[in-house]
Amino acid sequence: MTERVYMKGNEALAYGALKAKLNAYFAYPITPSTEIPETLSKEFGNEEYPDFKVFLQAASELEAISMVLGAAAGGVRAMTATSSPGFSLKQEALSYAAGMELPLLVVNINRGGPGLGNIAPEQGDYFQMTKGGGHGSYRMIVLAPNSVQEMASFPKTAFDLAFKYRNPVCIAGDAFTGQLKEDIMFPRIEPAEYDVSSWAATGAKGRERHIINSMNLDPEVHEKHVTHLDQKYKAIQRDEVRYELYLTDDAEIVVAAFGITSRICKSVVNSLRAEGWKVGLFRPITLWPFPYDEVHKLTERAKRFLVVELNTGQMVEDVRLGVEGRATVSFYGKVGGLLPTEREIEDKLQSVAEEVSA
Amino acid sequence: MSIQEPSLQQYRKKLGKLEALTDKPTHYCQACEHGELTRLIASAIENLGIREKAVMIDSVGCSVLAFEYFNIDHIQSPHGRAPAIATGLKRVRPDLVVYTVQGDGDTLAIGLLEVMYAAIRGEPISVFLVNNAIYGMTGGQMAPTTLQGQVTTTTPYGRDTGFTGTPVDASKLLSTIDGSAYVKRVSLAIAEVETARGKSYSIKNILEAKQAVENAFKVQMMGGFSFVECLSSCWVNWKLPIMEAKRFVNERLIKQYPLGTYKDNFGIDKR
Repeated sequence: MTERVYMKGNEALAYGALKAKLNAYFAYPITPSTEIPETLSKEFGNEEYPDFKVFLQAASELEAISMVLGAAAGGVRAMTATSSPGFSLKQEALSYAAGMELPLLVVNINRGGPGLGNIAPEQGDYFQMTKGGGHGSYRMIVLAPNSVQEMASFPKTAFDLAFKYRNPVCIAGDAFTGQLKEDIMFPRIEPAEYDVSSWAATGAKGRERHIINSMNLDPEVHEKHVTHLDQKYKAIQRDEVRYELYLTDDAEIVVAAFGITSRICKSVVNSLRAEGWKVGLFRPITLWPFPYDEVHKLTERAKRFLVVELNTGQMVEDVRLGVEGRATVSFYGKVGGLLPTEREIEDKLQSVAEEVSA
Repeated sequence: MSIQEPSLQQYRKKLGKLEALTDKPTHYCQACEHGELTRLIASAIENLGIREKAVMIDSVGCSVLAFEYFNIDHIQSPHGRAPAIATGLKRVRPDLVVYTVQGDGDTLAIGLLEVMYAAIRGEPISVFLVNNAIYGMTGGQMAPTTLQGQVTTTTPYGRDTGFTGTPVDASKLLSTIDGSAYVKRVSLAIAEVETARGKSYSIKNILEAKQAVENAFKVQMMGGFSFVECLSSCWVNWKLPIMEAKRFVNERLIKQYPLGTYKDNFGIDKR
């Protein structure tokens, strides 16, 4: 399947994972992420994907992610997908996975919250995904696709990063990127082989035993462990920041948005450019590590930022940290499953621009 | 007490140094049956020659430090999730022998779903439940298996089952599930016996438990879900002298939780 295909984001993600040699998927249904396990269960047993050995539906979100933890400890490519209320339940295991240094992939197709919210798109889980939704000092790599094309290609990136750093990785979709149908060119994926022989729990045959653990009762030993994790996170921050810049070289105003919102903002940038505005788009692809340095560089020319999100203002705080007071940062958000129209964003930019000249 | 039965000292000597154990002294309280179970599991692992393919899932509770003692691969589990972790590992690496050692709170309160569903799916794993009718590690709170009237730090006037619900009979419960292949309840507490030479101790219970642990692994290797509930004492949190606590197990706990084979689909106990 390297030809052009027309499919939903969630389906594309499932095939992207299969092409990245997914070994085990542990499922629990929740709208709007359910096409992922549905697609995978349909392909389970397909000779085209000989590495796909386990598909199992669990009895709860907690059970599903705990199974992922166990499979990941066995050194295989394991994943699950969920949506916001389910993602809250994943936090326990994600904290353990970070502490135990286990590579795994969790997909969060963000829907409305808090609480049961609704099944429409939101980006309200930004804080939970990027700031550590579980307990303790840990970080999780978060990739935010903005198209069906990226939904297809990010699982491979996610597994590569997860195994490179032995850390959980999250793909942060939303109900739009999950449900959206687009014409995509299925990427040609060359799956990597990961060496897990130094740590995986495969039975202590002809080697010292492996202990996959996050507990150290001795405070000094535990400090060492947490410091080791922190050094790893610093290396990730140094080496793995990903972002997209669009017409920002001469931009005096920068619109910042991630995921589906960035698509709308790109259209806005195009139409305002046609009117002669010096406006550009900044899109973080890794929500963590966040591209703070890149934001900072943009402030050399841009003195006005507008952050557009499907929440009441979350990523805007990271943009402010990057800007460090060198430009003004405004915010425009929609919630409840509503998307901002291009017109609304243009109006907001108009008022931001007037502040500039004032 | 039959004549063939070895003394406690002879029995311990016979087990000797086990390759499946490290040299680390355990942190378990003096006379705690956790230590006994540790040796039984290690000896079963050696007898069956499975040390190099055994993986233990360390649960939260008094067994949380078990990775210090078993010379095999270990994976830690969040509280109650050990059977789910075991499932994930066993599904991706079916050649391994995977087991959990869990307390009554871990298995029957916070982790009831996980153990029930592992049984429902008939996962080929082994779950060893240490039932001492109390939360040991956290210092003696009411557990699902605490008896009516039993004093704990959260039932200071005695457990009122009209208010808290009645003690959970894990072996009975799990034996009703189609997917469980082997369910057995044993006691790990040595019993006092009168002999011609005066008071002595019987290890009949422990020898039975030893067989049950070995059978549990055999059932797992035959593809079935196995569950062994081990009645144990916790004299520290029960606030009883050691031998009185052992007596409490063999007189009181056994009444609430009768010993025996609750399920044996493969007829392993009769082989």
